[in-house]
Amino acid sequence: MGTIWFWLVAIMIAIYVLLDGFDLGAGAIHLLVAKTDEERRQVLASIGPVWDGNEVWLIAAGGTLYFAFPTLYASAFSGFYLPLMIVLWLLILRGASIEFRNHIKSAVWHPFWDFLFCASSLLLAVFLGTALGNVVRGVPLDASGYFFEPLWTNFRLGDETGILDWYTILVGVLALLALMMHGGLWVQMKTSGEVNARAARLAGRAWWGVVVLTALVTAFTFRIQQQVRENFTTWPWGLAFPLVAVAGIAGVIFELRKHDECKAFFASCAYLTGMLTSVVFGVYPMVLPARNPVYFLTVATAKAGDYGLKIGLSWWILGIILAAGYFAYVYRSFEGKVVVDKESHRYGD
Amino acid sequence: MGQAVDVHRLHFAFTVTFHYIFPQLTMGLALLLVYLKTKALRTGDEHYHRAARFWARIFGINFALGVVTGIPMEFQFGTNWATFSKAAGGVIGQTLAMEGVFSFFLESSFLGLFLFGESKLGRVGHWAAAFLVFLGSWLSGYLIVATDAWMQHPAGYRIGADGAIELSSFWSLLLNKWALWQYAHTMLGAVQTGCFVMAGVGAFYLLTKRDEVYGRTFVRGGVLVGTVAAILQLFPTGDMQGKLVAYNQQSTLAAMEGLFESQAGAPLAILGQPDVEKRKLDNPLEVPNMLSFLTYRQWRANIKGLSDFPQTEWPDQIPLLYYGYHVMVGLGTIFIAVMVLASLLEWRGKLYDSRWMLWLLMLCVPLPYIANTAGWMTAELGRQPWLIYGLMRTASGISPRVAAGNAWFTLIGFMGMYTVLAMLWLFLIYREIQLGPEPSEHLQKDHAAVLAAD
Ligand code: HDD
Ligand code: HEM
Ligand code: HEM
Repeated sequence: MGTIWFWLVAIMIAIYVLLDGFDLGAGAIHLLVAKTDEERRQVLASIGPVWDGNEVWLIAAGGTLYFAFPTLYASAFSGFYLPLMIVLWLLILRGASIEFRNHIKSAVWHPFWDFLFCASSLLLAVFLGTALGNVVRGVPLDASGYFFEPLWTNFRLGDETGILDWYTILVGVLALLALMMHGGLWVQMKTSGEVNARAARLAGRAWWGVVVLTALVTAFTFRIQQQVRENFTTWPWGLAFPLVAVAGIAGVIFELRKHDECKAFFASCAYLTGMLTSVVFGVYPMVLPARNPVYFLTVATAKAGDYGLKIGLSWWILGIILAAGYFAYVYRSFEGKVVVDKESHRYGD
Repeated sequence: MGQAVDVHRLHFAFTVTFHYIFPQLTMGLALLLVYLKTKALRTGDEHYHRAARFWARIFGINFALGVVTGIPMEFQFGTNWATFSKAAGGVIGQTLAMEGVFSFFLESSFLGLFLFGESKLGRVGHWAAAFLVFLGSWLSGYLIVATDAWMQHPAGYRIGADGAIELSSFWSLLLNKWALWQYAHTMLGAVQTGCFVMAGVGAFYLLTKRDEVYGRTFVRGGVLVGTVAAILQLFPTGDMQGKLVAYNQQSTLAAMEGLFESQAGAPLAILGQPDVEKRKLDNPLEVPNMLSFLTYRQWRANIKGLSDFPQTEWPDQIPLLYYGYHVMVGLGTIFIAVMVLASLLEWRGKLYDSRWMLWLLMLCVPLPYIANTAGWMTAELGRQPWLIYGLMRTASGISPRVAAGNAWFTLIGFMGMYTVLAMLWLFLIYREIQLGPEPSEHLQKDHAAVLAAD
């Protein structure tokens, strides 16, 4: 039961990264690919009807984590207190900037929210990456099962780690570049004209960074987290996951050169999925590695009672089928390139 | 206020109280939007379509604020209440996760279609989108109330081997008797907020003699639905809530009513200030025997006073609890009076011309917000000193490693951010009301550019 839920939560997080990843990425490149007001409206329109639904995957994944692994939820959320609060503030600012920008037309109002949208998306991408880095590296858990990490200490990987050290920052930068590429490919797919061209160029440039950093981060990860090494040597079939990532990242540049916008985006999805599943496979059966390996949390120690998990499975499956249905419907009715013209206005009457 | 537990409580109380400002209007308006869309579908009258579009714009702004303030709530169980989450997550995590999976996906998916897709969806499709948004928000209300109800009155659990609280019956958790009544009462509170806001805006239009056709529709809709809600709020739901408290949380009832000594034929205090030190109610204005009658339907029934309980079982904020409860009930009574009076005027055909009534309706707009907040204060403060009633003390539920100073820092951060959000919310809603239900008229003016977005 525990293992099933471990993978289900992982899948939900992966879906979150794929979906909200492209709108975070679109935000991070907003000011770079869109210069005029009309171009910026194109970028916003390309995520407008879907960003909130995408973000719900984070909430749903959080809720699922809460009931399936209460111990993990309690320990990780209180241990990452400060960065999580910063993430919450960024999410608030970002939501406000998407929703409020278009209500007032003014030479001050629009640039203000555009800047905030870009900055908050960018920082969120970095922070989410850092969070992942922390989980892989391990946190200073002790016998009580809790920890509290300061934002940074001395940026080294000693016993007194902070949220930010050279390794987690590196993962954060990789996350930012990967999501910029991902978002760029999405914006390219949904827009036309100048924005489309700039997004394609930007995705192509980000690609190089992603390749270099992926190699670096992978190398470091094998040195830092021995569980990863163990798992891949014990079960070599697990190498399928990183292979998906490699195929994906190769596919991105291949399709980008061929100008197949849709396939390029899906290749990027494959890359992200490959990376995330590799991490999950690498740390299993730990759900939260500890700096002092005695205290790590595993699936078995962190999971909730079996009855609850079993009953949860039935409503979860039903709920996710329904949600998949809504998403399919919404994305279908939102198919094709966005059109932003002066006449169309917000509320469709 | 230096103790960590106090700061964590304040942190949660502040953020959830602020969050609840928005969902109450969302849920109330969602129902009224279905009402307007149904009228539009039935009569085919463009007037109702326009009216619905106007409220959909306000709904959209309000919803956005509900979303951004709701996400911190979901996280805070882990960040600030880690010990509680570890112990009870297997139970209350169920309802919280179901809220995400069943209602937030539904709401967020169809809200976009409802706000932007009217031309694509057609009339029936658009009605359906409105209905699904309504369904999502009301389902979300149920699941969160069921979560809270479990903390008030735990059901369907057992204590596992390692001391963790495990789920033992899904349906007892979901159909907790407390949850059903609390839900009914809470939703009626939300509907009242929606009705007062709609009627208030209508009254504003009638008083300023603009968009008067709409003004009448809004006032009528708000008053008709509001009258029903106001009455049901007192009876049976409020009455039943009171009984549940009386039977299950006896010390809470005593504190809510300011009853320090046990009495047969206990009086109902209408006014008065509890003096905890001297253990008495100052300057009371009481109806003799009424409290006994209301709780047990017997004039001479015995009600336990606070003195019958050790002080460690008392809620720790007795005056606040007492005032919260009395403000809610007082306002509830006023709402019934206002709504019934307005309905009578409507029935006699005089409502739209009686300026005093329109003024009254307009000035009432903030009051349901106050009543709802006061109601939650009653419920949450009344639960003290328990975090999970009878199972876990509030003081032992906090995150062990998050120091008071950190919680202060983030609390002040939220306060600052929410102040700005509140100003934005008021400003944007006020602007929509100024723009009015006929944007096409204003489109000719320079406002046109404003709507020309996306
Ligand atoms: C417009 C809002 C509104 C109005 C007018 C009233 N209530 Fe209320 N009340 C609520 C909105 C509310 C609420 C916000 O929905 C609460 C908070 C938690 C809950 O269950 O509902 C609540 C809680 C609540 C509780 C506390 C339950 C507990 O401790 O858990 C009682 C006893 C009542 N109500 C009873 C009444 C009575 C007798 C009213 C007389 C008119 C009344 N309420 C009016
Ligand atoms: C339905 C979901 C809710 C849940 C699960 C919930 C849970 C909690 C928790 C965990 C606390 C902190 C611990 C404590 O002090 O007891 C708390 C306190 C509080 N909550 Fe709620 N709450 C909910 C809804 C609300 C709403 C909607 C409001 C108000 C609008 C509210 C008002 C308060 C207040 C005022 C406190 C502080 C009480 C105190 O100082 O002890 N709650 N609640
Ligand atoms: C601790 C308590 C609470 C938590 C954890 C919580 C969580 C959330 C979250 C995460 C959202 C955003 C959903 C999205 O992204 O679409 C949200 C919105 C919402 N919440 Fe809450 N909430 C709490 C209290 C309440 C209460 C007490 C009610 C009603 C009785 C409520 C009703 C709603 C509704 C209707 C929405 C939808 C949009 C809107 O707010 O306008 N919530 N909540």
